[in-house]
Amino acid sequence: MKDFAALFTTLDQTTKTSVKTAALAEYFRTAPEDDRLWTVALLSGRRPRRSITSTRLREWAAERAGISLWLFEACYPVVGDLSETIALVLPPPATQIEKSLTGWITALRALDKADDPTRKDFVFTAWDGLAPTERFVFNKLITGGWRMGVSQKLMTRALAQATGIDEAELTHRLMGDWSPDRITWDGLITAPDPAADLSRPYPFSLAHPLEDAPETLGPVTDWIAEHKWDGIRGQLILRGGDHHLWSRGEELMTDRFPELAQLTDFLPHGTVIDGEVLAWNNAADTPLGFSSLQPRIGRKTVPKKLLTDAPVIVMAYDLLEWQGADIRDWPLSRRRATLATALFDLPLGLPLRLSPPVPAQDWTDLAQARATARDIGAEGLMLKRAASPYLPGRRRGDWWKWKLDPLTIDAVMIYAQAGSGRRATLYTDFTFAVRDGEALVPFTKAYSGLTDAEFREITAWVRKNTTDRFGPVRAVRPEHVFEIAFEGIQASPRHKSGVALRFPRMARWRRDKPVAEANTLDDLKAMLAQYG
Amino acid sequence: MVLTFTEAGIYCPAADAHIDPWRPVDRALITHGHSDHARWGHRRYLATEAAAPVIRHRLGDITLQTIRYGERLKMGDATISYHPAGHVPGSAQIRVEVGGEVWVVSGDYKTTPDGLSEPFEPLRCHAFISECTFGLPIYRWPDEATLAREINGWWLETRAKGQTAILGVYALGKAQRVLRLLDPSIGPILTHGAVEATTEVLRAQGIALPATIPVTQALDLKTHRGAMVLAPPSALGSAWMRKFGPVSTGFASGWMRLRGVRRRRAADRGFVVSDHADWAGLNSAIAETGAEKIFVTHGYTAQFAQWLRAQGYDAGIVQTEFGGETLDDTPETEVPE
Ligand SMILES: [Zn+2]
Ligand SMILES: [Zn+2]
Repeated sequence: MKDFAALFTTLDQTTKTSVKTAALAEYFRTAPEDDRLWTVALLSGRRPRRSITSTRLREWAAERAGISLWLFEACYPVVGDLSETIALVLPPPATQIEKSLTGWITALRALDKADDPTRKDFVFTAWDGLAPTERFVFNKLITGGWRMGVSQKLMTRALAQATGIDEAELTHRLMGDWSPDRITWDGLITAPDPAADLSRPYPFSLAHPLEDAPETLGPVTDWIAEHKWDGIRGQLILRGGDHHLWSRGEELMTDRFPELAQLTDFLPHGTVIDGEVLAWNNAADTPLGFSSLQPRIGRKTVPKKLLTDAPVIVMAYDLLEWQGADIRDWPLSRRRATLATALFDLPLGLPLRLSPPVPAQDWTDLAQARATARDIGAEGLMLKRAASPYLPGRRRGDWWKWKLDPLTIDAVMIYAQAGSGRRATLYTDFTFAVRDGEALVPFTKAYSGLTDAEFREITAWVRKNTTDRFGPVRAVRPEHVFEIAFEGIQASPRHKSGVALRFPRMARWRRDKPVAEANTLDDLKAMLAQYG
Repeated sequence: MVLTFTEAGIYCPAADAHIDPWRPVDRALITHGHSDHARWGHRRYLATEAAAPVIRHRLGDITLQTIRYGERLKMGDATISYHPAGHVPGSAQIRVEVGGEVWVVSGDYKTTPDGLSEPFEPLRCHAFISECTFGLPIYRWPDEATLAREINGWWLETRAKGQTAILGVYALGKAQRVLRLLDPSIGPILTHGAVEATTEVLRAQGIALPATIPVTQALDLKTHRGAMVLAPPSALGSAWMRKFGPVSTGFASGWMRLRGVRRRRAADRGFVVSDHADWAGLNSAIAETGAEKIFVTHGYTAQFAQWLRAQGYDAGIVQTEFGGETLDDTPETEVPE
């Protein structure tokens, strides 16, 4: 595993993308084929199934280091990473085991059916025979979910450099439901068989936020406008008699939306649609809020009641494959027209509909449509160039999201909690309250939006102004007001304040505002009445 | 009590003297020259002969008496002696004996030899006041040979890339220790003014150190490509650094043991070099004192005291105003470790 650990060290020691790409490309050129394949798998978030729990790892590490478990646990928040904490407390290695990355992964997976003493023995032997960085890597292979600070894009670029294959083509090849167990390097990278994985999605095209005035985009007739829906972006694939639904995060969500299965009866095979999954209020013909989708996330099967309470539809944006042919290089106008025709004949009541274009004579029309977007449950507009092909990733020029300005409210910080991982030494997770007479009513948490310097400053302040502690949470003196920005607001009986916010974040530290000028629960309720 | 803990610092009633006090006092016994231990404003100072020049350099015109390591000095009803702490040149643990009862204040200390400081001397005592800056088992230091290999390896690498290596080190102790680890055959060694001044003081007292070239306005940097530059941590990323053209930055500190700190520090490389005892060093030093009563200060005091109690010691925590206390403050601020 030496070469893989060396690769990790190189990646870890630099922040320069060019250096990272070069190091990865070199690894892809020189490493054994199975190690390369596993590296691609790990860096694209495909991890071997976990055979050892982190509870066991903690206990064993403490035992091997000759310290009590509580002391190990006391080290963890200082380090901020379990794999690293373990690597740091263990005594120096006594031997040197030579085993490849694939060798370790295979050995770890073989533990799946082993009993506890066997697993422990294996882990102790490994720890004792690995250099510090290799140990860290080994622990990461067990705990999983490790991307080594490398984005999928950077990895794909390095792969393109190493193989000479076009980056966009590689992005597509790396998508879908593959695993190093079932595929070879050639099968995945150099000579893939398109029929091998019928569920494979296309790389999503993503929009940039529009910052300039829309007039800078040229004549309005060059553009197709539609609403920006607030659901889960998804790619619906109908091939070989089956259907698959992929999230933007490349997660297969098919089982969570069983109502889409019927679509295979109405659309031809070889159809791929890009759209938004929305919970839909059929009576009012408007979307239900995002929170109605939430119960579907994170569960494998869907109870019947949910299917009737919050049925979903796919709001179709685009057509990527038609009659088995990849049509992503057609102009958008032609893809949309084909999509419209395909959906036109569908019986009413099917969970699929065309995202209606927003007609406009000029930019003023669109500005008006944007301003009223919240009324129909949308977040703003999408502007797409009519002549553009469907390109992977986030590129400037053809796709713009023209969102409404976020809603904001000024709130008082009342609780603080340390972050996790690299932010474990900083207070980054805060609870905010609005005023209700003399009382402060908590209504949301937020953990992003401040600069590192602001987080350090607030961390120092929290330490000095803690009034109470509940486990990891500190109550702090209610002194600081923050502007909280959010995308939507909904009634929620689960929250004390009666509301739940969508995407709350700290927009600004309002040092100029005393607590007495923070917003009130009534203000919050008024927002709920208007936008909920 | 041989020693008590007061608002001004650690106090010995029998000698009527304070040890490393942080408020102005009449008589200050100083363990070493770092600014969190040797502060300005006391009427009389007592320090080792080897620590005196740096203290004078930093504090200017003070009334400073010196003492040799091991020399016993009667002060009131107390007998005071200074013993090597292995932290920086001249650093001492202070031993205080009153009526046969012995207490030792460790000051800052390091148990492994660094080839520069007088090696740490274990002392038997009844009560031991120990720092525990790195009092968690995640802190273990590499040996000097490994350090030398890593730092020189980085220097060679940067040289080959046409870069200048700039290493952030504290001016007293760490800078000179790193100087002795550097291989001067690789290239010239340049120093920032703050580092050079302290290095000069130590040279003047007879400590052998490799030749250095101070970075001044007049110095033509073009003739010193591929150099190693030793600078205080605050100079890293400052305007001062820009004059060197393409650089690779490094930072030498015990905190560099942690990946998160290395990354936040935003230096290209981190080297685990500390002038404090690591976990094993703290534990062996405490065991060797034979003391039953341990006071911990300076660092992960709560965790370390709990650990000592679990090992059967009577361990308490003393609040002090010595620096280098917490993980999040240290890397960003200028507290000497
Ligand atoms: Zn010191
Ligand atoms: Zn100190």
